[in-house]
Amino acid sequence: MAELKTVGTSVQRKDAIEKVTGSAQFIEDRYMGPMLHAKMKKSTVAHGKIKNINIEKAKAHPGVKAVLTGKDYPNKIGLYLIDRDFLAIEKVRFWGEPVAVVAAVTEKAAAEAVELIEVEYDELPGVFDPRESMKDDAPIIHEDLGSYEIVPIFYPKPGTNIANHFKLRKGDVEKGFAEADVVIEKEYYVPQMQHVPIETHKAAVQWGLDGKLTVWSTAQSPNVVRQLLAKSFDIPMHKIRVISSYIGGGFGCKAGASVEGLVIPLAKMFPGYIVRIVFNREEDMQGTFTRQALFSKLKTGVRKDGRITALEYEMIWDGGAYTEYGVNIVRAAGYSSTGAYDIPNVKTDSYCVYTNNSIGGPVRGFGMCEMQWGIERQIEEIAKQLDIDPLEVRMINGMKKGSTTAAGQVVQDVDYHKCLKTVADQIGWGKKEGKFRGKGIAGLVKCPAQPSNAASSAIIRINEDGTAHVMIGATEMGQGMLTVISQIASEALNIPIDKIDIKVPDTDFTPYEWQSVGSRITYTCGTSVKRAAEDALGQIYRIAADLLETPQADLTFDGKMVYSTKDPEIKATIREIADSCKKCTGEGIAGPIIGRGSFVPTNMTNLDPETGQGNPGLFYCFGATGAEVEVDPETGVVTVLQLAAAIDAGQAVNPQLCKSQLHGGTIMGLSTALYEEVKFDKGVMLNRNFTDYKISTIDNTPHIESFIIETPETNGPYGARGIGEQPMIAVAPAVANAVCDALDIEFNTFPLTPEKVWKAIQDKK
Amino acid sequence: MKKQVVNFLLNSEPVKIDADPAESLLNVLRENFNLFGTKAGCGRGECGACTVLIDGMPVNSCLVPLGKVEGCSVETIENLSSGEQYHPIQEAFVEKGAIQCGFCTPGMVMSAYALLKNNPQPTSLEIKTAISGNLCRCSGYKQIEEAILLAVESLKD
Repeated sequence: MAELKTVGTSVQRKDAIEKVTGSAQFIEDRYMGPMLHAKMKKSTVAHGKIKNINIEKAKAHPGVKAVLTGKDYPNKIGLYLIDRDFLAIEKVRFWGEPVAVVAAVTEKAAAEAVELIEVEYDELPGVFDPRESMKDDAPIIHEDLGSYEIVPIFYPKPGTNIANHFKLRKGDVEKGFAEADVVIEKEYYVPQMQHVPIETHKAAVQWGLDGKLTVWSTAQSPNVVRQLLAKSFDIPMHKIRVISSYIGGGFGCKAGASVEGLVIPLAKMFPGYIVRIVFNREEDMQGTFTRQALFSKLKTGVRKDGRITALEYEMIWDGGAYTEYGVNIVRAAGYSSTGAYDIPNVKTDSYCVYTNNSIGGPVRGFGMCEMQWGIERQIEEIAKQLDIDPLEVRMINGMKKGSTTAAGQVVQDVDYHKCLKTVADQIGWGKKEGKFRGKGIAGLVKCPAQPSNAASSAIIRINEDGTAHVMIGATEMGQGMLTVISQIASEALNIPIDKIDIKVPDTDFTPYEWQSVGSRITYTCGTSVKRAAEDALGQIYRIAADLLETPQADLTFDGKMVYSTKDPEIKATIREIADSCKKCTGEGIAGPIIGRGSFVPTNMTNLDPETGQGNPGLFYCFGATGAEVEVDPETGVVTVLQLAAAIDAGQAVNPQLCKSQLHGGTIMGLSTALYEEVKFDKGVMLNRNFTDYKISTIDNTPHIESFIIETPETNGPYGARGIGEQPMIAVAPAVANAVCDALDIEFNTFPLTPEKVWKAIQDKK
Repeated sequence: MKKQVVNFLLNSEPVKIDADPAESLLNVLRENFNLFGTKAGCGRGECGACTVLIDGMPVNSCLVPLGKVEGCSVETIENLSSGEQYHPIQEAFVEKGAIQCGFCTPGMVMSAYALLKNNPQPTSLEIKTAISGNLCRCSGYKQIEEAILLAVESLKD
């Protein structure tokens, strides 16, 4: 590979100055015009039949323009399993489910009117634990499950609460257990957590007098919003424009379409008005997604030499009341169910189960944090029983080039062992630092969870002066997409990065990107942009060859000039080429240069419905986390002394941005390890603000060292792969492993709150 | 709601507004003065995204009723830079990569600005205490701390 100029350097973020001066526009800073404000009426029971909704008093309230209920919305909405009404019709399935929406001239009037809506329910028995919900006598939450539209790679069981059962069978698990010297079986539990981006969900919608619907949204994936709204409201796609802006954090909660559709029928009633809905913090926490809770049972067979011969993994996920993403998280966790390890015989059953809790959904890692918690804890148990160093167990079983995943996909371009060794060295693995101090390591792997044909595209316009506009459909939510994609364009075009302009998407003007999720954008959008740049560059050469009457093979482009490598006097400036190029006779050669590139995976397949075997991964990103802790035995307080994170980025396009992701993901993981758990009481979310739901603050953040490992991804742009979610995945098990090392007590759930740790210490005494 | 005329200094300029004195300063800044740099993250004084300075002290503007700023000096993120002249704290945030989604950034910068105004040589602990009311979900805070330490150095010169 030729030497890289821009890729691999820490160029300044494209959005840095805007963001640090407060001039960066988030969606709420953008729409202007005559406005109406919407507020939701939410259910006060977790499961119940709606007997009656009285909206008369609300409609009569001063300032109120309209009040709508579920019957005013024609169709359901959903991504994979279309199971949800915008507003509940006939019954509610979780506490806080919207049942009516008010539009008023001020937000205050809308909020007052919401209080005047009277809803009568016939309360139904609720079910709040997915294990109970799987039982034959459990109350059925979706009576019509069998009639819902569904993407045919998911397997619901109509007549039950099972929204998806993913099955995986690899090798011969009975034979594997027979070969084992030791069999270990344990149960694990991961509770719900919340993304809590600092910007909540927001949307505004305007039905233009020309019949065009404009949507301003905090959504991570404007093309999906357009697609879902087109279907739900029977509007052709060219009549919907979705505008994105800077997003104040996503982490998965702004994937899909969650708020936009609520206000569309209101907007239709008042053409020309912008109808706006802004979730407050409580609505954001309770009414969007939580990470699905996971109850799991893990059984591993292992030989005396530390080699794992068999794995049986049962996962029961709390899908919540509706599961549009949940079914796919359960599938992703299922096909990845050996974690970062090469295990020859596997039997996995992963169930997405409806309950009357808040809707379950994707959080940074898409099931991998939850699923790999069990794997990484059980490795410790294996090490303990065999009296082998747990790092050694990871080294013995860790995937290498040519290993197969649970789904039987062969992995390439892997150096998991280097990730493990790097964090082990950093935390001084093997050296005991004192009583009540401990060290822990955990590993991770993740591939983007996306359909096998999830596509991407890019357009590059070369201006008359040789500068360029890069147009893409990916969103900027802090990960640094604009900068990284510009670097890839700059590298491929050989045009300096300061001559490249890039903006956040607007579906009327920017090309298709499936979704900005799954750590996939650097790879997918990066590949599209690289191809668009190569297309534009090809045009530059073709035009130059014509202009200079020189074979293309003799020409080279240095970013400003195209010249002949045989005779440097034969040359043309990029301006001459890009500005409607003409010969000296005046005859035109070529019009404006527009490069286009697109991408669709060609290495992915569907999975066998019975065995789950196939190729579900676009690429696999490995990594590891190391932690050192000290526990106060009197109070149960866990103090993290240091954290080390190593992620194999393939090629870090921008090392500073990569490290930012490593630090941020590691601390988000630490926050879940020590503090975060959404608490429910019969479906009522109890901690729905930052006072009751604590996240990491600067004053409890320990020292972190992060390491970028670079094992190039053969098909990634310049060898790069995505790393946004990965740094979070191994943190909770690494911290728990360290706490276990300090106390010689097993923890099979987290967060490791002082209460939980103190109780465990007392129980041991 | 009874309106009231409130006079205060906004980014060094005298302003007068006839509005509900119970309205939050945050809403007034955003909706009446179109100062969109101040962000709403929780509405309860928990996240710090709406941090502004009142008479040099950092406050969560979502919790301050407009009537309270009568006669005060209110400073927002928009006052820190002038054209392409950025405050050393802002330059340090850019250099250290202390910016990701950017939603918490204005509040974060304002808290750091208030700290360095009142305590130009803070210890690491003092920095952490001053910023502990500003939540950031993206960064892990490390780069933010490094940026403030860098700003301390550049403000010395």
